[in-house]
Amino acid sequence: MEKFTTLQSRTIPLSVENVDTDQIIPARFLKATDRKGFGDNVFRDWRYHKDGTVNTDFVLNDSKYSGSILVAGDNFGCGSSREHAAWAITDFGFKVVVSSFFADIFKGNALNNGLLPVQVSKEFLSDLLQQIESNPQTELTVNLIDQTISVNDSDLSEDFEIDAYKKTCLINGYDDIDYLLSKKAEIEAFEQQSV
Amino acid sequence: MSKKTLFDKVWDAHVVSTIENGPQILYIDKHLIHEVTSPQAFNELEDRGISVFRPDQIVATADHNTPTLNQDQPIRDTLSRQQLEQLSINCKKNNITLYELGHKYNGIVHVMAPELGVTQPGMTMVCGDSHTSTHGAFGTIAFGIGTSQVAQVFASQCLLLTKPKSLRVSVNGKLKNGVLPKDVILYIISKLGTNSGTGYFCEYAGNVFEEMSMEGRMTVCNMSIEMGARGGMIAPDETTFEYVKGRKFAPEGEHFEKKVAYWKTLPTDEGASFDMEYSFDAEDIEPMITYGTNPGMGIKISETIPVDENPSFKKSLAYMNFEAGESLINKPINFVFIGSCTNSRIEDFRVAAKYIKGKKKANNVTAWLVPGSKQVEAQIIEEGLKTVFEDAGFELRQPGCSACLAMNDDKIPQGEYCVSTSNRNFEGRQGQGSRTILASPLVAAATAVEGKIIDISKQLN
Repeated sequence: MEKFTTLQSRTIPLSVENVDTDQIIPARFLKATDRKGFGDNVFRDWRYHKDGTVNTDFVLNDSKYSGSILVAGDNFGCGSSREHAAWAITDFGFKVVVSSFFADIFKGNALNNGLLPVQVSKEFLSDLLQQIESNPQTELTVNLIDQTISVNDSDLSEDFEIDAYKKTCLINGYDDIDYLLSKKAEIEAFEQQSV
Repeated sequence: MSKKTLFDKVWDAHVVSTIENGPQILYIDKHLIHEVTSPQAFNELEDRGISVFRPDQIVATADHNTPTLNQDQPIRDTLSRQQLEQLSINCKKNNITLYELGHKYNGIVHVMAPELGVTQPGMTMVCGDSHTSTHGAFGTIAFGIGTSQVAQVFASQCLLLTKPKSLRVSVNGKLKNGVLPKDVILYIISKLGTNSGTGYFCEYAGNVFEEMSMEGRMTVCNMSIEMGARGGMIAPDETTFEYVKGRKFAPEGEHFEKKVAYWKTLPTDEGASFDMEYSFDAEDIEPMITYGTNPGMGIKISETIPVDENPSFKKSLAYMNFEAGESLINKPINFVFIGSCTNSRIEDFRVAAKYIKGKKKANNVTAWLVPGSKQVEAQIIEEGLKTVFEDAGFELRQPGCSACLAMNDDKIPQGEYCVSTSNRNFEGRQGQGSRTILASPLVAAATAVEGKIIDISKQLN
């Protein structure tokens, strides 16, 4: 997993609530047996019309916006557990998703793929979306070490929470398998005692 | 001694150790896998040179991507065929039991595992599928995981997790005629919303759940994730023990009795506290339908669509081509789907057959009845329900996830409404541009016969 400490980037605002993982990556694209290439189809049915033409109304197709931070509405990533959603978002080039609320499974999947979910207050999110929409050049700094997210050249800033263990994993690029494998003896002892 | 909830008891019994200021290592008893969310996990293990730690605690089936017609013939879609072949190769290589397409025990993972007695009270179970919450009906901690976690369980039979908060939803009283378990859970989600359960594990309590069959309890627990909860549980009781007894993988004889004695200690202690509690009256619940693009957007069939100025709400109604304030009664419907891990068990088909018997499917309706497993399919035939369906003009297909997520060919066309017994009404869930209306098998059957949505409670009373 890639290490993550701090990121400065412009953003793409997706001010829709309850974005489910079926929208992030529709089921018909889940037939692959490796992790690569899902970015081509991220938000497929919002980015393209059914006849394959580009939906110019959708924010990912709006040339005003770019960057590796996705700023999304409340309850992002609900629904299906498909990790393909996290793979599609990272493969498209995002490194951070900001929302006022994340669904549990998506949040875990994101963290397991080096994609940082930054949960902010509803007020901050609303201010942030307004700021980005009024100035698409807006740049954010996300600092994992200090657990802060701030709008560059402004006073808009907020602290965010992250599990201390997950933070260590992201900073060092470790994943859970490494840790669990180091505990094999303890796990085997547990199995003996619970039989 | 401190009072514990059902969830506490099962969780605490599976904690291997706790990382200081961090998550716990939770031991997983059973790991269910299928073709869509496992291949990348197998690849990861192979890339890192790790072997599967406890293959005998894994059960595999093919369900998400399987055709529901001509299962005896080679799958035409190349990618689907390759994904199933990959599952077979991976299972063979790692000594994992696979009930592949056509096997007499094949079926949707959340239907076939309980049927085989793989699911038992007091266990921890995971699967790379959010509807793993279904198994909570047995008093099991069961939840969906991502593919990275599938790999973790392959490697260590454990997961690193922070213990969720506890939530109890109680429903007491007498359910009205025509109100099914699906209506109960759709009602709860419509009241609590789609993220009220996030961060929680939910226990369903009260006489309504106590009086439900195991099939009904599975329908309820299945949709826990639709209110954001990682899982839902119902205390094991005689109904549970009776269901488990005698199944293929159930403990036998003295061993079974010992297990039952343990399972009886699992229900929540009197006076144990929950982080959050809600309670509802059974009398308030009526047959439900959804009108929007998330499962929280549900109403009683007799009600009208609410008025809300929220832009996401409006976007949702625009997708569905519904107006705020309108009633859905008499809306013409051309597609009906009875199936999915929510409602594809024998009881669901009995309900549908009872309603359909002696009637005819409306000419405008395409109706797909998809059993949850080969065993359900066999039972439908044995009980004579297949004849009832066919006489009424319905098509009984072969088992699988089918039109619930439309990964195979069972897709609802663009712009069409489908009254569906599945669990998600997200945009395009049943096919690009399709519009899903969630309902119980009874409401779905009635819609298929009438060709439009009707107020089923009026017809019954």
